[in-house]
Amino acid sequence: MGPVSFFQKLFGGGAQKPPETVQPSGARINRRSSGLKEFFRNLEGQEGLSVLDLGATSATNIAWLTSRGHALYTEDVLTSAWDSALQITGEDGKPTLDVVRFMAENMRFQGRSFDAVLCWDVADYLPEALVKPVVEKMCSVMKPGGTLLAFFHTRDAGPDAPYYRYHLAGNEMLQLQATTKGGGPQFRLQRVFNNRHIENLFREFASLKFFLARDNVREVIVVR
Amino acid sequence: MWKPGKPEERTPVAPAAPAPQWTNTAPPTPKETRPVETSRFNEPRTEMAHIGKSVIIKGELSGSEDLYLDGEVEGTIELRDNSLTVGPNGRVRANTHAKDVVVHGKVNGNLRADRVELKKSALVTGDIITQRVVIEDGAFFKGGIDIQREQAKEAPKVEARPVEARPVVAPVSASAAVSVGATPGVQGSLIEAKKL
Repeated sequence: MGPVSFFQKLFGGGAQKPPETVQPSGARINRRSSGLKEFFRNLEGQEGLSVLDLGATSATNIAWLTSRGHALYTEDVLTSAWDSALQITGEDGKPTLDVVRFMAENMRFQGRSFDAVLCWDVADYLPEALVKPVVEKMCSVMKPGGTLLAFFHTRDAGPDAPYYRYHLAGNEMLQLQATTKGGGPQFRLQRVFNNRHIENLFREFASLKFFLARDNVREVIVVR
Repeated sequence: MWKPGKPEERTPVAPAAPAPQWTNTAPPTPKETRPVETSRFNEPRTEMAHIGKSVIIKGELSGSEDLYLDGEVEGTIELRDNSLTVGPNGRVRANTHAKDVVVHGKVNGNLRADRVELKKSALVTGDIITQRVVIEDGAFFKGGIDIQREQAKEAPKVEARPVEARPVVAPVSASAAVSVGATPGVQGSLIEAKKL
């Protein structure tokens, strides 16, 4: 049993109905982010970079990055990953995810390569079958020396931790906006990675740097 | 105390108009994430062409007037000097070039315009090339955004694309080049071809 499966059992994760009615809360919480500060430090002084945002569509992020002369590609990976159309019946008769179809319909990027990736906490909420393929795809579409920012919940977060949309509010400031569906978080935490799991996940990358935030989130800067 | 005057001497006096309130402060900057609802959707303009939700068009769609599209279009859309509004029932599988684009429905294709606005019900997959983009909270967008600060002015089109559409009598879909606004007669027959 791999580490991802162990923690998935911890939270009893499994097939989850895709969100149909998303209700983004109007309130945004400001939070300082050391990882974001490091992320923008790596981009400092450069214009015309190509940035990939894997989080939910954020007009704030689009405005923030494009106003600084960067090109942005945005792909709401979680909304696509939990699409019920991807659910198929495996050879053993159990419901499973059509990974091939997901990768064919998403994460294509039309031949683009990226200088920077905002991964947020996507890996914590993806269906298990998609975690490694998505990270491998990131490795293939990032330029050497490119920077990726990812968030990982710590064990203290709990399975009912609120799901946030992340908005850029400064070089080291984030705005967290909770989104809900049916009274609960839009997406349910699927797993918790420890440091070793994160290192294994990004073993094809050049380096990792960890920062610990106050809200039970581990921020990681990964360099391609 | 008012001095009662003679009835015949009383003349109706219109109430004085309130003095305009001038302030020295600059108008507030509109919030980025909550843009003001544009008037195009709520106040239909008489000169705006309208494609209803039951209409399906496959081919090249071009024109010289604003277009409200609530049906299905597959192909290309060219409205370089005019605006395109994709209604909530609109389904577009086309690359679009217009002056302004407002999306309430579904678009699968690239959008090129001076200004692009995605409403909260918008589902857009494709690249956006624009000088300004406004995205409402709740809109879904997947693709690249290329902000071009100064778009080179292209030579204005002298005339609209000639109408090549054949009048459609029975079938629901029309596979042809459709020009909106160039020849009202043909446009009318095409639009009215499918009315349920």
